[in-house]
Amino acid sequence: MFENLPLWPARASTMAGNVDLLYIFLVLLTLFTCAAIFITLIVFAAKYRRRHGREAHQIEGSVLLEIAWTVVPLGIFMLIFAWGAVIYFQERVPPKDVAEIYVVGKQWMWKLQHVEGQREINELHVPADRDIKLIMTSQDVIHSFFVPEFRIKQDVVPGRYTTLWFRATHAGTYHLFCSQYCGTLHSGMVGQIVVMEPAQYQTWLTTGGGFGSLAANGASLFAQLGCQTCHRSDMQGRAPMLNGVYGNPVTLEDGRTVIADDNYIRESIVNPAAKVVSGFKPIMPVFQGLLNEEQLNELVAYVKSLNPPPPGSVNAPDMAAAETKP
Amino acid sequence: MATAAVSTEQRENYLNAEYGIRSWLLTTDHKRIALLYLISITFFFFVGGFFALLIRLELLTPAGDLVLADTYNKLFTMHGQVMVFFFLIPSIPATLGNFLVPLMVGAKDLAFPRINLLSWYLYIAGGLLMLFCILTGGVDTGWTFYTPFSTGFSNTNVAEAGLAIFINGFSSILTGLNFVVTIHRMRAPGMTWSRLPLFLWSTYATSIIFLLGTPVIAITLLLVVLERTFNLGIFDPTRGGDPVLFQHLFWFYSHPAVYIMILPSMGVISEIVPCFSRKRVFGYKAVALSSIAIAVFGFLVWAHHMFVAGISLYAALVFSILSYLVALPSAIKVFNWTATMYKGSISFSTPMLYAFGFIGLFTVGGLTGLFLAALGIDVHVHDTYFVIAHFHYIMVGGALMGYLGGLHFWWPKITGRMYPEAWGRLSALIVFIGFNLTFFPQFILGYLGMPRRYWQYPPEFQVLNVFSTAGASVLAVGYILPMIYLLWSLRYGKPAGNNPWGAAGLEWTTQSPPTTFNFDETPEVTWEAYNYDQIPMPEEVTLER
Repeated sequence: MFENLPLWPARASTMAGNVDLLYIFLVLLTLFTCAAIFITLIVFAAKYRRRHGREAHQIEGSVLLEIAWTVVPLGIFMLIFAWGAVIYFQERVPPKDVAEIYVVGKQWMWKLQHVEGQREINELHVPADRDIKLIMTSQDVIHSFFVPEFRIKQDVVPGRYTTLWFRATHAGTYHLFCSQYCGTLHSGMVGQIVVMEPAQYQTWLTTGGGFGSLAANGASLFAQLGCQTCHRSDMQGRAPMLNGVYGNPVTLEDGRTVIADDNYIRESIVNPAAKVVSGFKPIMPVFQGLLNEEQLNELVAYVKSLNPPPPGSVNAPDMAAAETKP
Repeated sequence: MATAAVSTEQRENYLNAEYGIRSWLLTTDHKRIALLYLISITFFFFVGGFFALLIRLELLTPAGDLVLADTYNKLFTMHGQVMVFFFLIPSIPATLGNFLVPLMVGAKDLAFPRINLLSWYLYIAGGLLMLFCILTGGVDTGWTFYTPFSTGFSNTNVAEAGLAIFINGFSSILTGLNFVVTIHRMRAPGMTWSRLPLFLWSTYATSIIFLLGTPVIAITLLLVVLERTFNLGIFDPTRGGDPVLFQHLFWFYSHPAVYIMILPSMGVISEIVPCFSRKRVFGYKAVALSSIAIAVFGFLVWAHHMFVAGISLYAALVFSILSYLVALPSAIKVFNWTATMYKGSISFSTPMLYAFGFIGLFTVGGLTGLFLAALGIDVHVHDTYFVIAHFHYIMVGGALMGYLGGLHFWWPKITGRMYPEAWGRLSALIVFIGFNLTFFPQFILGYLGMPRRYWQYPPEFQVLNVFSTAGASVLAVGYILPMIYLLWSLRYGKPAGNNPWGAAGLEWTTQSPPTTFNFDETPEVTWEAYNYDQIPMPEEVTLER
C-alpha cells in the first residue's frame, strides 16, 4: 500500500531538484527541532513530575539563554531566506533565448496559443530541454497556472500579463492545475502538460495546424481594425510607428520612460490613454471589451514581430528620435 | 481552602445575583457578557464544524459525488468565514478575555461596561446576518473574497456575507478598545506592568491589532460590496480597477488576524504552564515583549500571501525576510515555556495536557511556516493543501487547543464547579490524536501538488485524503465530549473552591464564581506575578478525582 505513497511529485523540470533540495533541508531541520523540543518536554515532564517532598526550583530566567535562542534561530532563518530567494530569482527571471507560448485562462479552461499557430485547450505540448516562457492572462477572474512536477506556479490575472518559465527535463505527461479558486468548476480547470522529445515536437508543430502563425494572424487583425491608418511605417502617421518599439524604452507625455514590454503594448491597446507616447495626442479609440484575449495576444505577437531580428538594439536611438517628433 | 469552598457556596455570585432573561440580555457585567459570548461562539463553532465535516466527507473519494460543485464551494467558504470571523477571532478575547481582564487587573468591570454589551449585540447582529446569508443560499467566494470573482462573477450572497463581517468587525474594535483602556487605566494599586499576568500582555497585543487592523478589513469589504452593487471600478480591471490591490488590503488585516487568533492562546499557555509547573514563567520579560513584537511585525508581512500573485521580485524579498523576523518571537515563547518546566514540579491535569498539545502542534505549525516564507518553496506549495495544513496547525492546533486549555483552566472560576478530570484528559488526548491524523497527511498532499478548494481530485491523492477524513471524525468526538461533560458539570460537578489549582493571579483570590463586582475591596498587589513559591498546590490536584 505504501509504495504508492511518494513524498514528492516526479521531478520533470530543471527547477524541481533545486526546490526539493531546500524542501528536504527544511524537513530535516523541522524533524530535528521538533525532536529536540519534544524530547526536552518529555524528559522534563518525567524528571520533574510532582512528587512528595520535592519543591519546584524557582528560576528567574537567563539573559544569556534568551540571546542564544534569539540569535541562533535568526541565523538559521536568514540562511533559509537567502536560499529561498536564490531559487525564487531562478524561478521568476527567464533566460534570454526563450520560446514564448501564450496562455489565456477562463472559467474553466486553459487556452494555449503557440507562436507557430497551434492552438490547444487544457493540453500543452512543449519540447523537452528547451526554455519555455508562458505569457499569461485571464479573460475573467484570477486563475493560477500550476505544474507540480515542474514546481512552478503563477497567478493568471485579468487585465495584465504575468509570465512563467520552465525547462522540462523528461518527456511525459504532467498535471496542470488551476490553483487559484475561480468559481464552480475550479477543480475541473485541469489539464496536462505533454513534454515531447524535440524532434517529435517539431513533427507535432507541423501537423494539424492551419491557423497561421500568431504574428500573421495579428497582422491581418491589425489591417482589419484599420490600425495602420495611424500607426504607419513611414513615421508620418498620427500615432507612433511600431517597428522596433518592442522591448525598448519609450518616453511618455508626462516625461516618464517605460519599457515597451508585453504589458505596455497590451495596455496601450485596451486603454490607450493610460500611457501616451510623448508628442502624440490621446486620439486612439479604446479597445477594452472589443477584442478578446486571444486577439490581443495576436496583436502583441504582431508588434513583437515588427522588431528586426536580433541584434535589434541599433535602431533604438532612431526610434526615440522618431517618437519625440511632433 | 476546602472548607472555604463549602462556606462560599451559598454566597451570592454573578450568576445568582439576578434571574430572568432581561438580567442577562441587559447585563453590563463583564462576566455575564463573557458567558453570552461563550454560548454564541460555541454555536458558530458547531456550525463551522458541521461544514468542515461535509467537506471531509466529500473529499473521501476523488470524484465530486456527495454534494454539487457549487455546494462544495459554499461549504469551504462558509466554513472559513464562520470559523475565522465568528469563532476564532472572538474566541479567547471575548470569552476568557472578557471574563478575566478585570479580574486579573483587580477591577470591578471593564472600562466601558455598556460598550462591552454593545459589542456583543454587534456580534449577534453580524452573526444573524451571516446565518441569514447561509440559510438563503450561502456564499461561494472563499473566505478570502478575492476580486474580481467576488465583485463581478459570483452570483451568491456576497454582499450579505461582507456586511455581516463588516458589522462583526465593530464588535472586535470595541472589545479591543475596552481592553486597552482597562489595562492602561484600571490596574489595582501595585499591579505594575511588570506584574501583569502574561495573558494580559497577550490580550493587550491582540487589542492593538483589533484597533488598528479591523478598520482596514471593514473598508475593504465595504469596497467589495460597493463595487458589486454600484459597479464602481475599484478592483475590476475592465473598469480600470486593480484586482491585486484587493489582496493587499485584505491581507493587511487578515495576516495580523492570524495573530489575533494565536496571541490570546499564547497568553493562556503562559498562565497554565507556570501553574502546573509550580514555577514563575521563565524569562517573563522576553515572553511579554515577544507578544508586542508579534503584534508590530505582524502588520508588516501581509504580502507573503502574494508571492505568486504578480508582485515585484524585490517586494517579495522584503516580505520574505520580514516573515522570518515575525517567526522569531514565537520561537522565543516556545523556548521559554519549555524552560519554565525545568526543575519544576509538574502535574498533568487537563489544562496542562492541552498546553503540551499546544506547544507540540504550534511548533509544527510554526516550523512549516518557515517553508512558506521561503520564496522558492512557496511558489510550489502556495494554494495547496500544504498551506491548509500549516494554518490549521496554527489556528486549530494552536489557537483552539489554547482556547480549550483555558476553558478547562478557568472553568472552576467561571462556574464554581469542577469538570470530571478523567474525561477532560481523555478528550484532550482524542483532540490531539484526531488533529494530527486529520492535518498531518495534508502536508504531504500539498507538496505532492493537490490544490486547495478542489471538489474533485486526481485518484492518486485519495489515500491521504481518507486518512484526513478519518482523523476529522476522531476530532469531532474530541470536540463533542467537552461540550457534554462541561454542561454536565454545571449541575453535577464538584464545587470548585476559590483556587482549585493553587494558581497565582488576582482572579484566584476571588470566590468561585466571583461576585458581581469581583472584589469586596480593591486589592493591593505587593507580590510579583507567578509567585508560585508562596502558593501551595492543593493535594488533590494530582490525585484522581
